[in-house]
Amino acid sequence: MPLSVSVKGIHEGLLITPGEGNWEDAFSSLLEHLDSKPDFFFGAQAIIQLGSYPLHAADLATLRSALADRGLGLHSILSENPATVEAARSLGLGTSLPKRELKESPISTELRGMDAIFLQQTLRSGNSIHFPGHVTVLGDVNPGAEIIAGGSIIVWGHLRGTVHAGAQGDETSVVCAMDLSPMQLRIASHAATSPPRKGKTQPEIASLHDGRLVAEPWSPKDKPKAADGKIKGEDIQG
Amino acid sequence: MTAKVLTITSGKGGVGKTTATANIGVALAALGQKVVCIDSDIGLRNLDVVMGLENRIVYDLVDVIEGRARLRQAMIKDKRLPELHMIPAAQTRDKTAIAPSDMIRICDELRPEMDWILIDSPAGIERGFRNAIAASDTALIVTNPEVSAVRDADRIIGLLEAEQKGPGKLIINRIRPELVERGDMLETADVLEILAVELIGLIPEDESVLIATNRGNPAALEPKSKAGQAFRDIARRLMGEEVPFPPLDGTESLRNRLSRLIHPKGAS
Ligand SMILES: Nc1ncnc2c1ncn2[C@@H]1O[C@H](COP(=O)(O)OP(=O)(O)OP(=O)(O)O)[C@@H](O)[C@H]1O
Ligand SMILES: [Mg+2]
Repeated sequence: MPLSVSVKGIHEGLLITPGEGNWEDAFSSLLEHLDSKPDFFFGAQAIIQLGSYPLHAADLATLRSALADRGLGLHSILSENPATVEAARSLGLGTSLPKRELKESPISTELRGMDAIFLQQTLRSGNSIHFPGHVTVLGDVNPGAEIIAGGSIIVWGHLRGTVHAGAQGDETSVVCAMDLSPMQLRIASHAATSPPRKGKTQPEIASLHDGRLVAEPWSPKDKPKAADGKIKGEDIQG
Repeated sequence: MTAKVLTITSGKGGVGKTTATANIGVALAALGQKVVCIDSDIGLRNLDVVMGLENRIVYDLVDVIEGRARLRQAMIKDKRLPELHMIPAAQTRDKTAIAPSDMIRICDELRPEMDWILIDSPAGIERGFRNAIAASDTALIVTNPEVSAVRDADRIIGLLEAEQKGPGKLIINRIRPELVERGDMLETADVLEILAVELIGLIPEDESVLIATNRGNPAALEPKSKAGQAFRDIARRLMGEEVPFPPLDGTESLRNRLSRLIHPKGAS
């Protein structure tokens, strides 16, 4: 029986809570969930919240290697079961997080908005940001850097790296940048590359219209219209 | 006297770290500065060859770290320039023979006696890189005007920032003006726009570097070498002098391009 899996971005990485039931179902549902969004999870750190599941060291080791196969690091195991905590310790895993990290930010609940992070720095080659909510960067995103966000991506600077907005499937996500020249841009399951830029740069916004990736001048007053938008690059995934 | 520690690093291999270390060391010593160049590329030493000091090696860096020799014994004094010294890397060991703390200890011991400590870093971003930057005050990042070298330099700058070692200063080596003019090589302005760090040297591609390397006589010692002149300019900039950058690439002078970068609204 498939069980629900919840994923939430926290300071240390992704807080993943498998559904309650028997562990076999929970484990296979978890893997299914990870496999459904491989890009999103690849390279992230997982904090697994196990509730009262009684797991042995061998189960945790299996979990850890299943995560590793999918490019996910196991940061720590949170459990209410003392035996599970002990088993996690014996594997050298973290078993607690600083208190503040688990608190829901009051603003996001009040506005019922999505969690977001703000980075005031240039992302350089090799930097990688995975976040389930929106990502805002005040700085450049250089070639070789990547941002994978569950929501939208806003770059107040040059965007020349790789970005994936709506990585969990949200087709309303957008990507905006002062200079939108990404190596590769994806929204949900659609991908495009940038043609070499000629002439002056201007702020642009990329979004999905009828299954096509469209980039157009970024002006907060206009509602994006598919018809006027120029197609940026070819859709490489049809 | 307290020496400044400069780490010459790049990420990508073969871009000219060792060449830059030897030449900047020579050029600083020619200005009367007390300089020691340390080869931290354990197992692949070649700074000694480029500096022409290979035949004088008795002890190496690992001998000092493991207590078989004192620092003074391993430090080779250059006969051409009395203020220039070199500590060679070990040839028969690997990067795990030294730890970042060893580099910090050695530099602390050398600091009071020197003006400059230059550390030639191995390529890569692993252990050897961490050793090389452990004691660093300023990193000199060497790159070539080529996409993959710039990508790696960017990565290194990110790592330096993460280690709180500051953004460092940039040397662009092996520039070929005729290729830049044809649009077949990255322009200096393009490189600077991505890396956004202070430029300290523009070195042309110059066969005198190769000849000098083979003779063990760094180009900075040759008054007529173009690359040698560019390295001497770096030494003067390190000493705090304002030395203009000659317009190496294209027709527009670099000064114009730089000012366009710095004041993008004014000139575009
Ligand atoms: N400006 C230049 N003009 C011509 N040849 C150059 C120049 N700079 C470096 N070279 C040549 O490039 C080669 C590599 O240089 P060097 O050994 O200094 O690189 P490196 O970054 O130290 O390499 P490694 O990563 O292997 O340590 C050498 O043969 C050198 O002579
Ligand atoms: Mg070298």
